[in-house]
Order: sequence, then structure tokens, then C-alpha cells
Amino acid sequence: MVIGKPLPRKDARLKVKGEAQYIYDLSFPDEHFLAVVRSPHAHARIKKIKIDNEKAKQLGATIGTAKEIPGKNIVHVILDDWPLLAENVVRHVGEPVAIVVAKNPKNAKKAISAVHVEYEKLPELFDPTEAKDHSSIHIYGDNNIVSYWQQRKGDINKGFEEADIIVEGEYRTPAQEHAYIETQGCIAVPLGHDEITVYGSMQCPFYVQRAVADILGYPWSKVTIIQTTTGGAFGGKEDQPNQLASLVALGAYLTRKPVKYILSREEDIENTSKRHPAIIRMKTGASKDGVLTAVQVEHLMNSGAYATLTPAVLYRGCLHAVGPYRCPNVDVQSYAIATNLVPFGAFRGFGSPQVLFACEEQMDRIAAELNIDPIEFRERNLIKQGDTASFGQIIDNSVGMLETLKQAKKKSDWENKWKPAPDFNYVMEESKRGNYKWSGIGISTIFYGVGLGSAGKQLSRTGSYVQLEPDGSVRFAVGTTEIGQGMITVLSQIVASELGINYSKVNMMPVDTSRVPDSGPTVASRATTFSGRSLQNACQQIRSLMFEIIAPHLESDSCNLQIEGNYIISTSSEKKILVEDAIEIMYQERGQVAKAGWDVAPPTDYDNEKGQGNPYAIYAWCSNIAEVEVDTQTGTVLIKNIWAAHDVGRAINPQTLKGQIEGGTLQGVGYGRYEEIIFTPEGGILSNNLGTYLVPTTKDTPNIQSIIVEDPWKSGPYGAKGIGEQPLMGIAPAITNAIYNAIGVRISEIPATPERVWQAIQDKLQEEPE
Amino acid sequence: MKIEIIVNGVVYREETSPDQRLLDFLRDDLGLKGTKKGCDQGECGACSVLLNGKVVNSCLILMAQVPERSEIETIESSDSLILSLQESFIENGAAQCGACTPGMIMASSALLREKPDANLNEIREGLSGVICRCTGYQKIFDAIKDTQRGLVQK
Ligand code: FES
Ligand code: FES
Repeated sequence: MVIGKPLPRKDARLKVKGEAQYIYDLSFPDEHFLAVVRSPHAHARIKKIKIDNEKAKQLGATIGTAKEIPGKNIVHVILDDWPLLAENVVRHVGEPVAIVVAKNPKNAKKAISAVHVEYEKLPELFDPTEAKDHSSIHIYGDNNIVSYWQQRKGDINKGFEEADIIVEGEYRTPAQEHAYIETQGCIAVPLGHDEITVYGSMQCPFYVQRAVADILGYPWSKVTIIQTTTGGAFGGKEDQPNQLASLVALGAYLTRKPVKYILSREEDIENTSKRHPAIIRMKTGASKDGVLTAVQVEHLMNSGAYATLTPAVLYRGCLHAVGPYRCPNVDVQSYAIATNLVPFGAFRGFGSPQVLFACEEQMDRIAAELNIDPIEFRERNLIKQGDTASFGQIIDNSVGMLETLKQAKKKSDWENKWKPAPDFNYVMEESKRGNYKWSGIGISTIFYGVGLGSAGKQLSRTGSYVQLEPDGSVRFAVGTTEIGQGMITVLSQIVASELGINYSKVNMMPVDTSRVPDSGPTVASRATTFSGRSLQNACQQIRSLMFEIIAPHLESDSCNLQIEGNYIISTSSEKKILVEDAIEIMYQERGQVAKAGWDVAPPTDYDNEKGQGNPYAIYAWCSNIAEVEVDTQTGTVLIKNIWAAHDVGRAINPQTLKGQIEGGTLQGVGYGRYEEIIFTPEGGILSNNLGTYLVPTTKDTPNIQSIIVEDPWKSGPYGAKGIGEQPLMGIAPAITNAIYNAIGVRISEIPATPERVWQAIQDKLQEEPE
Repeated sequence: MKIEIIVNGVVYREETSPDQRLLDFLRDDLGLKGTKKGCDQGECGACSVLLNGKVVNSCLILMAQVPERSEIETIESSDSLILSLQESFIENGAAQCGACTPGMIMASSALLREKPDANLNEIREGLSGVICRCTGYQKIFDAIKDTQRGLVQK
């Protein structure tokens, strides 16, 4: 059985040998280079654009502004508010105003100065609280509200009346940069006057296809997008390549040359999307025996200057705000507000890490006030099979929540390690005596709605293509992408298992929009699950073709044939044949040897008026336990161990799965402890390189113990339900809860940098004089 | 300027300019594109190569700083330690997106040459100049420990 085995990754050899070709490794004959003229202002009116033609000519540069766009000047994502090149107003620092194309990168950069843009500065807004319903400064619509979602259940006032204890808090989370090691880039290659191919580092080639077709006004069938080996994405290459590919496509259209644009690290950090910063106010009520009675959330997400993916990100944030708990009375109000910062977008977890941080802090605070072990408190409230979630959905299958908690508790030795947080005054007194180092342990329990859910339902279909080759090998294609997560490997295992062909003989074709129909994006941990289902559909059709031809050879009826290992076996005649030999016969008899597969995700629905529905088809569950050591003198937090237990339905490849857990967990450590984009007062980005934007190194990584729980999803391929995002989502609160457990101080803003922890200690000293 | 250097055991006599970066010399002039990059500023370590046995960020080294007849090793090398690290990275699933992998393997080879029995703390120290955003480093540590044990045959 090939399913469940830690088979080596299909793409590993190319990568370890340095032979994988990333976008910056590719070049085309006579390729030209693109540079972008960007706005230096956060908010300004463009009064005039003057081109110094003499200078442009000297540098051999072609210049394009909004006027030169042959199609629509809109980069389509969700709300169609994002221009490719600003026409009248610029709304964030770095917004593209013009492109410049020249024979070499140096000349392209120099030619930027041939474009003179005259601006008139406008008042700017960076704080979403201030921007919401602003009377005069309008960045989006007439109230700057880009998106609104809500959850409502029961009677919130009654819920608080019934509570014996109410905890209120305000939480803040930062903009987080993806910091994929390969920066973004694209190359557009024109073919004749109305056809184009774009190569690039990306997650969602079909998004890019539409964006480029719209910008150039070409038919979609003449726009082909080819994904190159992608050096990390994490959501950062979801919508951004729409813009970058459109820029190079415009350059190629204007010059009729292949046009390349590879972002420098600074350009990438300054101008591409990041995780939305958020402010979350949360009020939670519980009975004295630790049962939730009410949860109220006011949730404000900073959308930045354009909507891009914000409505979808906010949807997920809103629906994850109550956490994996039963609660009879719920009121979640989620708003995304436009400001004059770079547009924020998708990042692993997609709006949920922000609210889950708040939610898990609140849960921990209630447990502490009620003097209950935080695990026990969670156990009393966690969703079990058959329970109704806060948004009204009955959760009826694949609910491994409690099992993840049990395993994490056991493996971490929680029973022996956890004791209530020490009294803060005691900690301070001991610190004065020189005992600065304090150990603590903390927990978070979270859930994740797998797939696009109801907000992205129209995109939730996947195509595939499977073709048998005369030598008994097989090639397949899908429309979702390998971005480092291991999709090629896992899908190859599925095809190998479905057709009885050796894993080594199954190969995936590069992702190219001309191979399969629009299969939606590679996001929301959906690639394995939904391309997997589509491939199962294709393979099932191929099996029928195969059985029909082979049946007479096995003196059997085709309905009595099945695949076992590498054989086709007849249950009636008990004869068998190697699949490889069967394929040869298929070719000899001129049988059809290829099929397209199709899958439509199971139904979802959500009624935002009522704040209730069935927002996702299935949920994944996770418990994280973190062990830390806090230095009260410096505020430094050392994260020693993390136990991350995940219910993934089924581990198709435990090795790549653990790789996802470990990598996501460390990004969560970054989010909770280190990473924060610092903006300048003018709305630019100060921390614009990897020397000032710090991501965890080998020295910062804790020991990460990944624990796999398998509670199969009845509709998933072999029971699988995805793993991409969950590992990051609950790490920050596990860390801050462990900090509390160590020194008795709550951290309500992440990352928990030494400065912030130290400040929290000082604030608490102020508030509780000895 | 003309320079004679030995890359992966092969002697090259090439025309270069003193301000060309070693990274570009390797990738563009010699066509050795296995050396990757992620920042061009000495911060990510993706461009790590060995210059006379020491691991350096090739994006920070100018050709003027490369002594005549220097020995350079890159991910394209067929050195046995590098080969066994590569196998071990495959076996352990230590490469995900792969953008850091050549640099990580070069830094690992320098570390193991200097300290074949490096313990986990020394490994953490030795690799801290190469950022990996995908793996959480655990499988990279495993791959190095496996190489140390000589468990994986090339
Ligand atoms: S590219 Fe040289 S250190 Fe990043
Ligand atoms: S494998 Fe992606 S950065 Fe290391």
C-alpha cells in the first residue's frame, strides 16, 4: 500500500542538486527587463505624468502608463477596485504608476527617472479605528468598510446574564511578512499580436490567467500561465502574481519582447501583501463550573489600500473567532477597513491566527480565574462529534479534537509539568534576589475549516488529467500547484494507489493553465484533498476503460475485476495480470488511455444576515502545547519545546505531513515571538530586509514534536483533509499562555518580543504596587 | 581582470571584473545556477558556497576579494560529503520549496568538515546563517545527524 508511507519527495533530487529551475534561473532570447515607477506617497492625487522621451530613448526604454493598457485597468481579485497602474489617485506607498522596460536591468532602473509624476498630497489614514466611517477621507467607498461578516447565535445579553464570570480583553496582532526565500518574479513571452505565455513563481495560475487576459483584452484561450518551481509562497503568492504578471504582460505587449521582472528583497517586502494587522475586542462569559455562556467579539482588520483578498480573509477570521467550542450565545462583528498601507492579503491561516490568538488568551484567562487546569477547562467546552458549532453547523464526522488534546497532553507530560501560574509579586521578589529565569507551559486548541468554504464556493472545483504511457508509466496533470508543501508527492501516491502503478512510475506534469480547466486556487489547504478527489475521479474512469479491455483476457466479466497491488485481479476467474502488461494490451488494442477528472467540493452555505450556516465542508483540529523560559530581567522568552497534535483525517505521506507541521509551527513561533513589520510614519515599510525583519533561524527553533491523529473524513481521498495552514494558527497563544504560566503576566499584543514582555512586566508593576 | 580559479575541481581561466560578485560569476559566467539567492545582501545564506574551505555568502564577495587559484565548491560539487548530505536531505524530507537547500547543504558540509561530530547546539550555531522558511529546520537537523552516523549510503 502506497498510502500512508513516508515515500521520498518527487521533487527532492532536483532541489538538493540545485537543478530545480526557479523563475530567476530562466531566461529567453532577447529578454528585456522591467522596472516599476512607484508612488512615494501614501495618499496623493496624480496631477500630471510627464515622460522625458529623450532620456527614455537614450536608455532604449519603453514606458507604459495606465493610458497604454489595452484592456481593463483592473487587477481582478474579488472586488475589482485594484488598478494595475494608478490613474488619478495613489493610495499607498509603492503603488505602481508606470512601467519601464529596457534591454538590461540597469537601464530599466535608470529610466525610472524619465517618468516625472506630479502629485498633490492628500490626507492619509493608517489606523483602521480612525478610518472606519471617516467623514472626509475616503479610501474605499464612502465609509472605508471593505467587508463585513458576522456570526450570531442565541441571545448574547442573556448569555452574559447567565455568566458567573466575564472576562474582557483587547488584543493586537501585527502585519507579518511571508519571507519566502525566493522573491516574486514573472516572465511574459508574447506570441504574435494577440497571444501570450507568462511564467512565474505563483500559487494560483488561473487567477493570473484571468488577470492578464483582462489587462490585455485577450481571449482567455490565448493566455497561458506556466508555474515555475516556486520557492515558498505561504499565501504571499496567491493574489500578488496577478499584479506582477499583468505588469510584465503589459511590458511584453508594448515591446513585443519577452519581459522579465524579478523583485529584489526590499521591493518584495515593501510592495507585496502581508498578513492583515488586527484589533480584536473580546468578551467571554462562563459559568463557575467552567462552561461557556457567551462570546462577543468586535473584530477590526486593517485591509490596506485595496480589497484584494480581504473579504475572503475576513470571512475566515469571523468564522474562527469563537474557536473550536460550543457556546449557546454568540455575537461576532467583523469589519475590514481600508487604510493607506500596502494591501494586506493571504498568509497561512488566512485571517484566523489573529482571532484565535484573542480567543485562546480569553480561554486561558477564564480558566485561570476559575482556578481550573486550562486543559480541563477546554475539555468541558470543546466540540465533540454531533455538537453544533457557534455558526450553527452540526459537526458530524471526523472530529479528532479531543484526541489531539489527549495526545499532546500525554506527550508533553502536562500532568507533571503544569501548575497554576506563580503569584506575580512573588516572581518579582524572587527576581530581585537574582532568580530571573522562569519556566512555564501553555496550551491552545484550535480548528480550521478546510477548503474555500462558502465565500469561495464558486471556485471550489478541480480538474485533472491522467494518461497511461505505453511503458506502463503514467503522467498526470492538475490545476493546483506545488509550492514546497509536497503536493506532487502526495498526489503521485494517490494516483499510484488508484491505478496499481509503482510510485516511481507516476509523474506529474508542470502546472500549466492549458492542461486542465480552471481548478481554483492553491490555498486553504485544499490541494491534496480536492485535486486528490479529482484524480480519483479520473483514475476511476481509467480503471473502467482498462477493465473493459482486459476482462476477456482474464476470462472474466469487467465488473468482477479489481486492482490489488500491481495487479488486476478477477474475483470470478481468479486470473490476474500485471497492470503494466494490461496497459500494453490497451495500446495494442487501440483503447482509450487518457481521461480528464473533475470534482466539485461538497456543499457549503452561509447566511450573513442571520450569521449562521454551514461555512465549510469539513474541519481539521489541533492542540498545541508550548514550553518556555522567561527572563524577567530582559523580557526574553526562550521557546524550548512545542508539541503540535493535528487531526488530519489521514496522513497520506507522514514525512511530508510532519514537514508541514514543523514548518508551520516555526512560522507560528515567528508570529508569536519575533516577526513584525514596522511602518514608517509616512506609511512606508522600515523593516524591508531580512536583517531588520527577523524570521526564526536554527538558533531560534524549539524542539518541535509533531503528533498525527487520524480521524478520517468520509469524503476525503483516503480520509485526508489537508494540513497546510493549521500548524501556524495556534502557536502564538500557546506561547503567550506559557509566558503567563511562567511569570503571571498576560501578553495581549504579539509578537512577544523582549521589549514587549519587559513592558508588560513594568505595566503590571505599576498596576499592582507591592 | 583575468582570474584563475578552481571550481568543484575544474580549473577556470576567466575574464571578470573586480566588482563582479562571486554569485554572479558562478551563475552567469560559469553557468552554475545551482547556487541560489534570496536577498543579495548577506542575510539569508541561500547563496552559500565554500571559498577555500570556508562557507561564505557569495552575494557579498567581489571577485577582487577572491585570491588567485582559490578553490571554490558549490552544490554542483561531487565531493563525497556533499553527495551524502544530498542523499540524506532527500531521505529525510529536508527540502521543501528548495530555495534554501543548496545553501543549507553547503553550510552543513563546512560544518561537518570542521566538526564531524558536532552536537545539536553546534549544528544550530553552524547553520544559523542560512534561513529556511519552510521546514522548521527539524528535518534538516535529522538529515545532518543521519549523515554523521554515515547511515545513508551515497
Ligand atoms: S543571497 Fe546571499 S545571503 Fe541572501
Ligand atoms: S525549503 Fe523552502 S526555504 Fe528551506
